[in-house]
Amino acid sequence: MKLVSLTIAVALAGGAAMAAEVGPREVAFNEDGAVEVSLSGMAGDPASGAEIMAAKSRGNCVACHEITALSDTPFHGEVGPMLDGAGDRWTAAELRSILVNSKVMFEDTVMPAYYVIDGFNRPGDAYTGKAAQGDLDPLLAAQEIEDVIAFLMTLKDE
Amino acid sequence: MNYKAITAIAAMLTLPLAAHADPDDDTLVINEDIEIVTKTAAPAHLQDAMDEIMSGWHFRSDETQAMEMDDFDNPGMVFVEKALVAWDTADGTEGKSCADCHGAADDMAGVKATYPKWNEAAGEVRTLQMQMNDCRENRMGADAWKYDAGAAIDMEALLSAVSRGLPVNVAIDGPAQSTWEQGKDLYYARTGQLDLSCASCHEENYGNMIRADHLSQGQVNGFPTYRLKNTKLNGIHSRFKGCVRDTRAETYKPGSPEFVALELYVTSRGNGLSVEGPSVRN
Ligand code: HEC
Ligand code: HEC
Repeated sequence: MKLVSLTIAVALAGGAAMAAEVGPREVAFNEDGAVEVSLSGMAGDPASGAEIMAAKSRGNCVACHEITALSDTPFHGEVGPMLDGAGDRWTAAELRSILVNSKVMFEDTVMPAYYVIDGFNRPGDAYTGKAAQGDLDPLLAAQEIEDVIAFLMTLKDE
Repeated sequence: MNYKAITAIAAMLTLPLAAHADPDDDTLVINEDIEIVTKTAAPAHLQDAMDEIMSGWHFRSDETQAMEMDDFDNPGMVFVEKALVAWDTADGTEGKSCADCHGAADDMAGVKATYPKWNEAAGEVRTLQMQMNDCRENRMGADAWKYDAGAAIDMEALLSAVSRGLPVNVAIDGPAQSTWEQGKDLYYARTGQLDLSCASCHEENYGNMIRADHLSQGQVNGFPTYRLKNTKLNGIHSRFKGCVRDTRAETYKPGSPEFVALELYVTSRGNGLSVEGPSVRN
């Protein structure tokens, strides 16, 4: 597999003159529901994205999705669709939207929002079962989301 | 965007189902004697959501399933034995045992199948453990047992064991109805930063794998469950607590009014399955 992310590099060259991070409360969705600007202001690293998607303590995407490219990681779930070819089905801006808040594209989905920190019912302090103290951290950081997008863009149907 | 969404759905529909882990069609008979109804038609109140209800037993491996077929192989029965001793042992200022009022434990067959249940005198829905503690405090003059722990969960396992094979049949109308409605609201309420409800996993996704776990319907007819994972009996509210915690939410407490209501509602989703506890799960 060729781990390059042309689309993101292009989006960056056009959009983010200043490499400023976009906070979870500042994300701008366009009229198609996509998010054009890199959240970190930087390009993503697909190799890191692959690790984040497989790691239980980070994206844990394989809990719900099967991804052939990550078949070294055991136990892929079946709750969401297979992600092979996701880079053909979606643009980077659309994938960013799905990652930030999947409910913008998929109403009522069970997929968690990885970059939303407000509006939850009984938010907890991670997996302790205790009430959250203060602001929540997003499930993934800005750069982690860019890394995941970069990896997803490598998933092309041959 | 709509076009994209449709493509995604089409992609989902054409996925090969090779990895799909359906519940199996095995049948459960305990001690070559007690026939357990592990699949049956959904109760009327649930028919909009699903046609068939299934015990969690169908979603476990053959090895785990087999442990439930004979009481000698079921590690949960050790705790039932302990509770049998407690049943006959006097406790508290009144010097009475359970047996002094209720006779043999076997005579309690059928009780577990109707709990949680409206208690007219108390004006509330009570779980079996709440009722046990009422006996302890008010008839025996003994201390209440801690919820879902030690002696309480052992005794619930005994009362379940003597009801095995009888159909779960909790009342959801009359005075219990408002508690049942509260439990239903909790079942469908999304919680935590993962924003998932019980229905997200156990109604929309049973039969699917979530990482290494095979999602069941989250039925409670098999409780208490002996879990190979923690090698002890697990109560219904403890399981609820774990599932809510896994949505990155602040949980409710075992014995709380919220979990009592949720227990009534979830139990009613299994009306028609056999009482199966103590069951074996992973
Ligand atoms: C709890 C389950 C769950 C988790 C965890 C999850 N997803 Fe999803 N995802 C879904 C579901 C279900 C859908 C289908 C959308 C819907 O609900 O209609 C989906 C859809 C998608 C899609 C569009 C589907 C396609 O290929 O056309 C992408 C891309 C995606 N998810 C990526 C991810 C990534 C990346 C992660 C982790 C950072 C992740 N998902 C974590 C459940 C999940
Ligand atoms: C993120 C997914 C998820 C959510 C949300 C969830 N559960 Fe579960 N639940 C599981 C998994 C995984 C298991 C273990 C496999 C199984 O038995 O389904 C489980 C097991 C159970 C069991 C044990 C079933 C048996 O036969 O031993 C019960 C009961 C249960 N859940 C009830 C609930 C209730 C009630 C809620 C909501 C308050 C809930 N769950 C929310 C994932 C979830």
